Amino acid sequence: MKYSGFRVVAEALFGHKGWKPLWRDPDPKPAYDFVIVGGGGHGLATAYYLAKTFAEKRIAVLEKRWLGSGNIGRNTTIIRSNYLLPGNEPFYEFSMKLWEGLEQDLNFNAMVSQRGILNLIHSDAQRDAYRRRGNAMLLAGADAQLLDREAVRRMYPYLNFDNARFPIKGGLLQARAGTARHDGVAWGYARGADLRGVDIIQNCEVTGFQIEGGKVVGVETSRGPIKAKKCGVCVAGSSSRVMEKAGMRLPIESHVIQAFVSEGLKPTINGVITFGAGHFYISQSDKGGLVFGGDLDGYNTYAQRGNLPVVEDVARCGMALMPAIGRARLLRNWGGIMDMSMDGSPIIDRTPIEGLYFNGGWCYGGFKATPASGYAFAHLLSTDAPHPTAAAYRLDRFARGYLIDEKGAGAQPNLH
Amino acid sequence: MLIPHPLLGPRDAEEFTYMGDASLIARPSASDPGAEQAFSDYVYLRDNPAGVHRELWFHEAGDRSWIVVTRNTLTHEILDAQLARDVALASAAEAGE
Repeated sequence: MKYSGFRVVAEALFGHKGWKPLWRDPDPKPAYDFVIVGGGGHGLATAYYLAKTFAEKRIAVLEKRWLGSGNIGRNTTIIRSNYLLPGNEPFYEFSMKLWEGLEQDLNFNAMVSQRGILNLIHSDAQRDAYRRRGNAMLLAGADAQLLDREAVRRMYPYLNFDNARFPIKGGLLQARAGTARHDGVAWGYARGADLRGVDIIQNCEVTGFQIEGGKVVGVETSRGPIKAKKCGVCVAGSSSRVMEKAGMRLPIESHVIQAFVSEGLKPTINGVITFGAGHFYISQSDKGGLVFGGDLDGYNTYAQRGNLPVVEDVARCGMALMPAIGRARLLRNWGGIMDMSMDGSPIIDRTPIEGLYFNGGWCYGGFKATPASGYAFAHLLSTDAPHPTAAAYRLDRFARGYLIDEKGAGAQPNLH
Repeated sequence: MLIPHPLLGPRDAEEFTYMGDASLIARPSASDPGAEQAFSDYVYLRDNPAGVHRELWFHEAGDRSWIVVTRNTLTHEILDAQLARDVALASAAEAGE
């Protein structure tokens, strides 16, 4: 079924009886060419591009719970490509370009809204750092604008420009960045993959890998064994748990990051704003809720909830940046589990086990990467060669010393 | 989260800095054969279990001791806390025997 404005009008005339489920609910077949473990954004995007761009057949996506029940449903929906390092920026800009054409490609409203992201500057040194970052972005074909204090004031007059400790001196604006409807992205990719014959199998937990002579030949699942020629794992947040079943240890720790949403307010914040003096970022959803977040809690955890010190820290940062936020009431907060890698950058690579491929280590930047991650992983699965923009995301880069450490924080995952 | 400090009693986790897996106490020896691989694994690879995890916390805003905390990463329940010094001495004594 093709979606269009005409279709909406036609359905309205006949009581909306013609809408069909977006995807089938098939039972697993005994064998596939490609088994993707993880039915979140990245797994579904991988299956979609495998089927569409690389014309592969016999693909299954195995999801432990329901489709999109992981981090695609728990993030703060920001899309951007404002990275510094050559290993990262071309990849995220590739993702940004895919976002720009995503809805037409999927024929699905993912509510991609290019409302801009503004990184605030509070010191001369930070201005230099952001100028350098902006230039790196321009070199990779992204957009970047360095704004002075008055230009920032015209955009967001209510920010605390004269904070005694952290006055606002300007900002780095990426106007093409913005937000997208996170669930819609999962649903759009799932529908697109399903239409091209991909079996999306929910409530199907992978409990082990069948490995014979150093080669993966299938997976054990809660719904029986499934043979696979190639197996791709996209389970960021639980990567260590799943890859451990294949006997692998990863350069990853699992950490929780909390997010918050306020009651619905009148339109106040047009784009995304990040505080440059503490870890805090904020945007406003189309429903009016202020969506914001901050730092990791900082300890290994698989519980999808955090502790109060970070709640307090986020609230403090918010008040320092935008005192008016103190009048907004918090509606809810939640936590998501991140694959925090040892250099803060992701991994899309083969593994030492033939036929087993790994996609993970997304830290708290996985949502924006969804389209490019899926595309690059599909490229790797189909052609056995890395996508040019993802060639640096090797699993062995840690041992070889080719880290992609945006923050320069070293092998301490809770600092990235 | 309250950490039961072995000397000071329950202290707010906010007073501590988190380092990671307590196996980091056992630093590989640079003179061993295969030290390069051992150090690479030591610096970069982690077990990252879902469940009971032994980990290092530094009482930065307190008595500045290192603590080995045994904690469940699924529930945040803390099962045990010992001075890292005691843990290291005990494992050295065990290795010496």
